[in-house]
Amino acid sequence: MENEKYLNDLSEIKNLMNRSSRFLSLSGLSGILAGTYALIGAWLAYKTIYFDTSTMGAYKNLVISEEAVIRLLVIATSVALLSLLTGILLSIQKAKKNNETIWNSTARRLVINFLIPLATGGFFILFLIEKEMLGLIAPLTLIFYGLACLNASKYTIGGVRYLGLTFIVLGLLCTWFLGYGLLFWAIGFGVCHILYGSIMYFKYERN
Amino acid sequence: MKNIIQNINKAFDHRIRLGIMSILMVNESADFNTLKELLGATDGNLASHAKALESEEYIAVEKQFIGKKPNTSYKATKLGKKAFQDHIEALEKLIKKN
Repeated sequence: MENEKYLNDLSEIKNLMNRSSRFLSLSGLSGILAGTYALIGAWLAYKTIYFDTSTMGAYKNLVISEEAVIRLLVIATSVALLSLLTGILLSIQKAKKNNETIWNSTARRLVINFLIPLATGGFFILFLIEKEMLGLIAPLTLIFYGLACLNASKYTIGGVRYLGLTFIVLGLLCTWFLGYGLLFWAIGFGVCHILYGSIMYFKYERN
Repeated sequence: MKNIIQNINKAFDHRIRLGIMSILMVNESADFNTLKELLGATDGNLASHAKALESEEYIAVEKQFIGKKPNTSYKATKLGKKAFQDHIEALEKLIKKN
């Protein structure tokens, strides 16, 4: 009888330590959806850039019209906003189901620690665009997003750490195989999001 | 056996007090409302249990104003962290023994 009480105490301690320090309402399903948007976006971008498939990879000779650049920006922004919106909505839903408030101190910590590396990368890339050094944009987005995930992982569900590490590796590979940026983007933001989202979904949410 | 029982701390022998300490072990500090929400306790209930831990000097209380609202935040003291660590170890040992 006593034993059961001690076990209960210990599991209560563990539960509270987790709930008070980590944001657990992050939804795996939103990762799956974000990955799907990214794949659609990548396909649209591919259609915009490469009219002729033989130029795939030959970024040095690639000439992109101003119209195409604007289209690409619209695609990228739509994918990012749509993913963000989905993430927020599904997290609110999950928090409600678990009887937790969404905007608490763990959520704040998660968002701040995610945004610091991400915003650093964002400004860095904007300055590169301003200076017309476009070649490294694709690998840099992957690397900075990976670092942001890695940093945020301390404040949420464990899987995010491995997502971050995967993105960093992809970013480095993408630097080596320069010119295949879109392909690496599709693998990272598309396939990896779907993969890790599914793992999180089946591990934590499926009931 | 006697030694282990000694480390089972009466001060933590309540769900709310155990909860307050668990939260303060992994967070630098937590304010009254955060604790209340995480523990699902009423104002009076939480206040009295916090008071008990405070009088053992296991937690330190800091009162300040954020704008016009009073804000009470709690921190675990070194003594409190040590006592709680011992308590957890004692629990684990007891479970292994039985």
